[in-house]
Amino acid sequence: MAAVMTDAEWIEIGRLEDIPRLGARTVGMPDGDIAVFRTSADEVFALKDACPHRGGPLSQGIVHGRKVTCPLHNWCIGLADGAACEPDEGHTTRYAVENRDGALFLCPVPKE
Amino acid sequence: MADKLPEQKQDLVVIGNGMAGMRTVEDLLKIRADDFNITVFGAEPYGNYNRIMLSPLLAGEKQLDEIMINSREWYDDNGITLYSGDPVEAIDRKRRIVYARSGAEVPYDRLLLATGSNPFVIPVPGNDLDGVITFRDVDDVNGMLDASKSQRKAVVIGGGLLGLEAANGLMKQGMEVTVVHLMDALMERQLDAPAAKMLQASLEERGLTFRMEAKTEAILGRKRVEGVRFAGGDQLKADLVVMAVGIKPNIELAQSAGLHCERGVIVNDTMQTYDPRVYAVGECVQHRNATYGLVAPLWEQAKVCATHLAQVGSGRYEGSVTSTKLKVTGIDLFSAGDFVGDENTEDVVFQDPRRGVYKRIVLRDNKVAGAVLYGDTGDGGWYFQLMKEGTDVSEFRDRLVFGRAYAEGGDPANDAGVADLPDDAQICDCNGVCKGDIVAAIGEHDLKSVAAVGKQTKAGTSCGACQDAVAQLVEATLGEGLEAAPDKITVCECTDLSHDEVRAAIVHRHLTTTAAVREALDWREPDGCHKCRPALNYYCVASWPDEAEHEDASRFINERAHANIQKDGTYSVVPRMFGGVTNPRELRAIADVAEKYDIPTVKVTGGQRIDMLGAKKQDLPAIWRDLREQGGLVSGHAYAKALRTVKTCVGKEWCRFGVQDSTTLGVELEHLTWGSFMPHKFKMAVSGCPRNCAEASIKDFGIVCLESGYELQVGGNGGTRLRGADVLCRVKTPEEAREYCLAFIQLYREEGHYFERTAPYIERVGLDHVKACVVDDAENRKALAERFNHSQQFAQTDPWEARSAQGVNREHYIPLKEVS
Repeated sequence: MAAVMTDAEWIEIGRLEDIPRLGARTVGMPDGDIAVFRTSADEVFALKDACPHRGGPLSQGIVHGRKVTCPLHNWCIGLADGAACEPDEGHTTRYAVENRDGALFLCPVPKE
Repeated sequence: MADKLPEQKQDLVVIGNGMAGMRTVEDLLKIRADDFNITVFGAEPYGNYNRIMLSPLLAGEKQLDEIMINSREWYDDNGITLYSGDPVEAIDRKRRIVYARSGAEVPYDRLLLATGSNPFVIPVPGNDLDGVITFRDVDDVNGMLDASKSQRKAVVIGGGLLGLEAANGLMKQGMEVTVVHLMDALMERQLDAPAAKMLQASLEERGLTFRMEAKTEAILGRKRVEGVRFAGGDQLKADLVVMAVGIKPNIELAQSAGLHCERGVIVNDTMQTYDPRVYAVGECVQHRNATYGLVAPLWEQAKVCATHLAQVGSGRYEGSVTSTKLKVTGIDLFSAGDFVGDENTEDVVFQDPRRGVYKRIVLRDNKVAGAVLYGDTGDGGWYFQLMKEGTDVSEFRDRLVFGRAYAEGGDPANDAGVADLPDDAQICDCNGVCKGDIVAAIGEHDLKSVAAVGKQTKAGTSCGACQDAVAQLVEATLGEGLEAAPDKITVCECTDLSHDEVRAAIVHRHLTTTAAVREALDWREPDGCHKCRPALNYYCVASWPDEAEHEDASRFINERAHANIQKDGTYSVVPRMFGGVTNPRELRAIADVAEKYDIPTVKVTGGQRIDMLGAKKQDLPAIWRDLREQGGLVSGHAYAKALRTVKTCVGKEWCRFGVQDSTTLGVELEHLTWGSFMPHKFKMAVSGCPRNCAEASIKDFGIVCLESGYELQVGGNGGTRLRGADVLCRVKTPEEAREYCLAFIQLYREEGHYFERTAPYIERVGLDHVKACVVDDAENRKALAERFNHSQQFAQTDPWEARSAQGVNREHYIPLKEVS
């Protein structure tokens, strides 16, 4: 479980409509990009922008349901749990992201 | 009755709840789930089960629930009204109503007859005694299983496929079984004499007894069967007699309704009977004078019938070529086509009695006309394919009988003996998957198809070259466990529809967005997946060029970013150089860009272009702007399923051997075709003389200049699987060459499956088909070229300019936010 977070640790990163539906945008962080995804149901999820397989940029993949397919070798990663779909194995770091009336807030501390 | 309005639901009544009828309904539901009220009548009190599996059911290798295809819930879930155990007794075609035994009366707009067949009962005294049964349905199997518990001696009348499977099953249940056969050889409709002898010997070894050339004259007994008497007076004791001499189409109902029948219900190529509202499929049908009792033809009929019921059909059923395998565990036997031959055929025979192997291939005009294999049936599928495709085998005739591995030579991935390889032999060279991994995965995860193996192990999922080898491993590992149904290739796991079915629906139902397709065709996943979305996007745009728009979210990143993603997440930039011709201004612009944006690698490509590798994504719009403003350069589409490059040699302008101006022709072709979206990447070349320096023979469309004109070649590939191009034809003028080129591209755009290069496309549809559409039919060629030009109006905008000068999709190239 993440450390107790205060509002000060959340960063406003933009608005929901800045991310294409069934698409993603990146947030540049000092230690690597975070990908923020938007599903067809307008849910938002944030993962480290690196596939557990060979580090491919997940933000560039095709989003379907609550999953994204990595553009390099078609690994499929769950947006909610960061886990590779069977039969592949691996995890990508997850981050909390919230939609507050259309404004998106990201907590750049890993979820676990 | 008045016809219904198009938006009203049609009433479809299906008579027969067997494999053919329900397969048609399943296929129909996939195309048009919402347009029909469906009612099904079945005479048997079950859901729908796999009749082919009755033999394993009898042998105790399967249980009833394992052979059910559709449960009661399936009918409910799909809104189908099922009357099981309630046969239809009459059809009133004038009022369009069917009457069932229970008193039910159901009206129809369309009626589907799938009444199947009845077992043939030989007309001898005593054939109605207790203990005399046929082998047709679950009740028959239950009857045999019951008898096997209390009785000892069984006589099976009929030494054909069905009789032998029944005999084997009863023997497995512990009975003493004698097979009685009228002829002197078993399975005479599928086997020649030597193979039949080997089969008989092998079955005798297992414990069956045979009585050949025996005509049954009477079945003896007072109330229950006690024995069988043959012509000549011999008698044989029996506690159970199974009649398995054949089947006859069940046409009583159709006849009483006044439909034209001969041996079966007569249907045309769209599976319609003489009443256009009434269709028929399966074993009750007589089509082009043939009736069928095997499963593969039923699937083909069902597919055609469903598309016509759904009114999206242009498909025709043109009869089936069938093959047979005996479902007796441990006996390998394969038969197809004309295995007897005549004065115009030649036999190629291989015999190894010690190993129990016999192969006979019958050739007519150097094409396979039939085959019988015993003991080693690994190449059955290959011979069957050669036969169906009418392949000329003269080139490898001397090796034909040894199987595909020897006949085609060399490539271990194509080796029919892949099952004999050691476990550590690498099958998939892209993903490094060994034979042992695949075999283990098949066993552990109960995998039954190439697709399932690919999903589990990744074998065959990259370049696809090893898929044949994977298929052979699946077959070898599962053996008899492999379902008889053909392995249909669907677009992806979100649907059971094939590429052709999906495209037909997009065209006929005017679907212009991927979401509309998924909705209309009942996709399992509302968003689809990374496989189907790009395919649907292609089919929509290619089918409706002036209406459908590319959906960025449904395109692979390269086509969204208009650059090729590299392993480290950077991109490569390849500007177009028409025909491979450049000049100092372009080269200077490229040099300046490479310096200004710190491009780490600049490389010449195989298609005569310059590739700048390692560009950062956020720099792309500025790079494109500089290339355009300083060099007049546009996108080379090196990242797209589209026309990539036209490679040329310098031709007669400079070369002392050149006979035509290949460079100019190549540049013209590239100007005509750039930007066009296709099922897969598409490469062209024009060589100025037959020395073919531009390597036109390994391109999707290639031109080799001749003194007298131009030779046009199609379907070449220098990649995964080397394939020399086929010669399409020769033409006299560059105008003709251009028109043929556009027509061929359009044909491929309209018929190619997404992600299918022209080489496999041509192997799938046949060169003759391409010639018929593009060469033989001048009007069609012009129409194809016109459709291509029409779609080009919407395709020929430079995506780099749109993104670097007009700000299109600016957000794709910049981060949402930078946090320092």
